[in-house]
Amino acid sequence: MNIVILIKQVPETSNVKMDEETGTMVREGVESIINPLDLYAVETGITLKEKYGGRVTVITMGPVSAEKALREALAMGCDHGILISGKEFAGSDTFATAYVLAQAVKEINNYDLILAGERATDGDTGQVGPGVAAFLNLPLATYASNIVSINSNAVTVERLTEEGYETLELPLPALLTVVKEISFPRLPTLRGKQRARTVEIPHWTADRLKLDKEKIGLKGSPTRVVKIEHPQVLRQGEMYRVTDEESLSQALNELERFLQSKDLFVGGKNL
Amino acid sequence: MNSAKVWTISEADGRRLKTVSYELPARGRVLADKLGTRLASVVIGDKIDHYDLQELIYRGVDEVYVAEHPQLDGFIVENYSNVLLDLIKTFSPEIIIAGATTAGRTLMPHVAVRLQTGLTADCTELDIEVETGNLLQTRPAIGGNILATIKTPQHRPQMATVRPKSTKPLSRDVTRKGKIKKLNFKSDWIDGRVKKSGFRKIEDTGAGIQEADVVIAGGRGLKKAENFVLLRELAKVFGGVIGVTRDVVDRGWVPYPYQVGLSGKTVTPRLYLAVGISGAIQHLAGMKTAGVIVAVNTDPDAPIFKVADFGIIGDLFTVIPALTERLKKGSGEK
Repeated sequence: MNIVILIKQVPETSNVKMDEETGTMVREGVESIINPLDLYAVETGITLKEKYGGRVTVITMGPVSAEKALREALAMGCDHGILISGKEFAGSDTFATAYVLAQAVKEINNYDLILAGERATDGDTGQVGPGVAAFLNLPLATYASNIVSINSNAVTVERLTEEGYETLELPLPALLTVVKEISFPRLPTLRGKQRARTVEIPHWTADRLKLDKEKIGLKGSPTRVVKIEHPQVLRQGEMYRVTDEESLSQALNELERFLQSKDLFVGGKNL
Repeated sequence: MNSAKVWTISEADGRRLKTVSYELPARGRVLADKLGTRLASVVIGDKIDHYDLQELIYRGVDEVYVAEHPQLDGFIVENYSNVLLDLIKTFSPEIIIAGATTAGRTLMPHVAVRLQTGLTADCTELDIEVETGNLLQTRPAIGGNILATIKTPQHRPQMATVRPKSTKPLSRDVTRKGKIKKLNFKSDWIDGRVKKSGFRKIEDTGAGIQEADVVIAGGRGLKKAENFVLLRELAKVFGGVIGVTRDVVDRGWVPYPYQVGLSGKTVTPRLYLAVGISGAIQHLAGMKTAGVIVAVNTDPDAPIFKVADFGIIGDLFTVIPALTERLKKGSGEK
């Protein structure tokens, strides 16, 4: 079972800056980590390898510093890491990113399963995983919450939707985007960390991947960020303190009045 | 007559259309009117209730394209993508909007890649740029800390998903006239590789948390799994659902589908009632765009109060049962 995992490096906190000119993120000076939602994909890949053998390759596209995210995944137990990097990739939107990752997967060639997180916590689109599946014309299951069974020809997964869990059977190779429920990410072991430090991580460039330069970076991105605003999220709320029967009663009176004024609860009839 | 240039993607659950299908035309109508074109909605499924198709027209749609077949019953992205691609190539819409649901957020990126066009996820505002007629798509990013406005200037169609519950359906106008076009089934719509073999409904919730009007959310302050009955009781009074923080899920008190926040769901209900939730930035990212936020917490310095419209500093084990009791009484009077 050869598995490819697509990961992204994201800023550690929500405290990141945007370049007001280009509308792209300023990554300097912010601690970076593996997208937390990708850890579930990494764990799933490693678990499958431990059960069925094979190798796990983890790929990311990003600045040279994104190598750190790959080493974290290697420390958890992935076998190989590939960094796709170069200034020609800068400003890629989800379309351009999906194109590049799909080309990299083609280059790896021998794979049974591609895993990705549900979405990244910075861009929050969830579009790259399905996009890669579309580029490669691979069967796709998004929001996979459980791998029910897998053999060399097919995988059966549960997929979390608004209404419940649906069971899907996909022939391999296939692409899954996974949600948190699918696994409990392990911590890297000391030995894993030691190994991760010494593993050679190839850097793939646009030339190495024989990419169509018209389809990558800002030039290859159909979407353009034209404006960035920092919304005011603080609200000026009324506050009541409850310490005894009387203050409780008063607070609830005020709350009831407040909800009614917002049309949220009128005379006991819900919305 | 030219075909409609603005489209919405309706979603079915069995024979019935989901609420989001009626919300999207409220968005699409504004755009179609600004562009001076008609509004269409695409329905894919099997034996969809005719009254629901007609309802789309009452809610602002001019043309309903219906692709029905037993093999289209239930969302399979490969099949739905084939249908949509075929329709788009035939009718060349300018703008397509879908719900930012598990289906919409799967189908739209799949189709956008195949058409080599742009897509903006999870928009909160859509508008038309007067000079160019381009779609202006505004979305929160980086945990809601920025609002980015995005264009797709050179590629068509321009595609966007919008959050369920972020728009109300237009009021029902039964005098509106429109056309329902049933499409001839094409066997090459069916990809056939992926098969759906089962379905397990999530118990104790009538709707997905992202579609709920009211979310009663609990955090670590609830202290143990059994105490969530307090929130379920209150949610029942409102006809809402419960939500939880990551901490609650990690402790195994409530399963993951109910998690709100950066690593869970982003919700935009009309009312978000946060109970025993301190308001970590990761949680706020998932709920701060709610219509009204009410918080109950013992700690007056809890960050949740900074985003709340109404706050009660007090013990939730006193406040919540009293609130439930009072609202229940209120409903008895009518």
